[in-house]
Amino acid sequence: MAAPDTVVPGAGALRQVGRLFALAGTVLVMSFRRPFQLRELIQQFWFIASVAILPTALVSIPFGAVISLQVGSLAKQLGAQSLTGGASVLAVVQQASPLIVALLISGAAGSAICADLGSRTIREEMDAMEVMGVSPVQRLVVPRVLACMAVAVLLNGLVSVVGVAGGYFFNVMMQDGTPGAYLASFSALAQLPDLYVGELKALLFGFIAGVVAAYRGLNPSPGPKGVGDAVNQSVVITFLMLFFVNLVLTVIYLQVVPPKGA
Amino acid sequence: MPWLLGRNVLETSCLSRVVVSLGIEVVVEGLTKEFGRQTIWRDVTLTLPEGEVSVLLGPSGTGKTVFLKSLVGLLKPEEGRVLIDGVDMVNDRDRDVFEARKRFGLMFQDGALFGSMPLFDNIAFPLREHTRKKEQEIRRIVLERMEMVGLGGEERKLPGQISGGMRKRAGLARALVLDPEIILCDEPDSGLDPVRTAHISQLLIDVNARIDATMLIVTHNIDIAATVPDNIGMLYRRDLVAFGPREALLTSDEPAVLQFLHGDTRGPIGMSEEKDAALLAAEAADTAGPARTRRTIEIPPQLRPTPGMPPRQGEHRHSLRVDEMLPRLSYPAQQAIWANRNHPQEGGRNGAN
Repeated sequence: MAAPDTVVPGAGALRQVGRLFALAGTVLVMSFRRPFQLRELIQQFWFIASVAILPTALVSIPFGAVISLQVGSLAKQLGAQSLTGGASVLAVVQQASPLIVALLISGAAGSAICADLGSRTIREEMDAMEVMGVSPVQRLVVPRVLACMAVAVLLNGLVSVVGVAGGYFFNVMMQDGTPGAYLASFSALAQLPDLYVGELKALLFGFIAGVVAAYRGLNPSPGPKGVGDAVNQSVVITFLMLFFVNLVLTVIYLQVVPPKGA
Repeated sequence: MPWLLGRNVLETSCLSRVVVSLGIEVVVEGLTKEFGRQTIWRDVTLTLPEGEVSVLLGPSGTGKTVFLKSLVGLLKPEEGRVLIDGVDMVNDRDRDVFEARKRFGLMFQDGALFGSMPLFDNIAFPLREHTRKKEQEIRRIVLERMEMVGLGGEERKLPGQISGGMRKRAGLARALVLDPEIILCDEPDSGLDPVRTAHISQLLIDVNARIDATMLIVTHNIDIAATVPDNIGMLYRRDLVAFGPREALLTSDEPAVLQFLHGDTRGPIGMSEEKDAALLAAEAADTAGPARTRRTIEIPPQLRPTPGMPPRQGEHRHSLRVDEMLPRLSYPAQQAIWANRNHPQEGGRNGAN
């Protein structure tokens, strides 16, 4: 890339963002181009699932519990104890679950993807592949991004269930909540679109985690240290983007979907 | 398989000519590459004639590898064009460049093998991606190629488990497996012992005789440069200082070329890219002293295909081309060309002379 003669402050960062979006677009287009790399997709799916399932489940139990306890004690102070269940379940399904999934996919799988692609890039494997007329994006990046998305959506279901169950357990056992009130408030406040938006978020976050990891992996600074830095940056960038996109999605959702009973 | 189709078209379009050719011409026009403010080389113009073998010489760090990567469109030079059968590898759309790349075989400096695949899968990769050959057929071709580069029996090893020289040969096998029309080799000799280097030289010539591919070999090995190619070019001080028939360059009296061919410390090429004026002046004053021992360059006869191989079509075309420019070449170059033509041929007998 030639540096332009006039140096605009921030142009470098903008260029990076632009190239990231270009890669995201290419991945979308290439996803529908044959030949589809099914084998690679299954391998990656299995790999990502195997590194992400256990930590995700382990994180989701205390997380669901913490939310439940916090909301429970707050609701108690406000005298709305009977609504604890609904509030904490909504928080878990809509917010906590997709974020936990995305953070763990980015941390466990994204870093592995970034390191793998990065070391291949500095060993010129990507160049070799391109010279052989095979697109590394189609061959390597698309299966990885799709696998990230699929695992994110499926794990999101797991985390929702485990988180809600954890919340239920702690609310009923430690805060003297009644099972009936918990479940009743749940069905009073929660609605199906809450689950839909949770899954949609997980899908998008999985996409972001995969694309950012691939982007940093395909463009490391030279040398082994460059790959290390790229992995580091990919995780940090993914986290930043996740929370920002989550904010946008939440605002839109709250504006568009009316709360139940309102 | 559009690229196979393209090859058929090419073949039929050539049938009307006397020489049936698979190689294609590579035309480089005014190519300039910069990294930031640093100019790697500028205004490089040359033509790799179809089916001929060319060598690009140059001191380390003069951008020879960058030049190869620019030819295949992996790097985009700032100015100029690289034309391959009508496709400009520098400025054309990515899709066209991608298609054109399938006509290349590029051997990377350190092989650039896929680290997670055994050698067999590495070499089979282009076949599996671009052809619909049966697995049995692929197996036959791959094993044959591995035998050819002396890697028989190593097909289950991972690239991390073999030496650099073996990786390099595996990279060559992978570059050759599809019988490409243009073969680019990045330092095929580095990391190889003299015997293997000689074998690789012979192998390249045999491949050229068999499939008539246009070849460019980047090296700083004088033995390869002296015996293998039809044409030699030299990159030095951000310029292509010379490009022409092998004999013309080997008899050249350009100071940089002379120094490079002789491996002399005295001359315009320094330890870093170029010497400064003071150092050159000091050297000029020193010439009164006894001349240092020099590697004398006798111009050896060009390598021939091994007996049993077909004659090299590229050599035939090369001699026709050289005939045309012969009057313009220096006297020693003409002598060398005649000497080479009169040299008894071992294999690949060619009706041209």
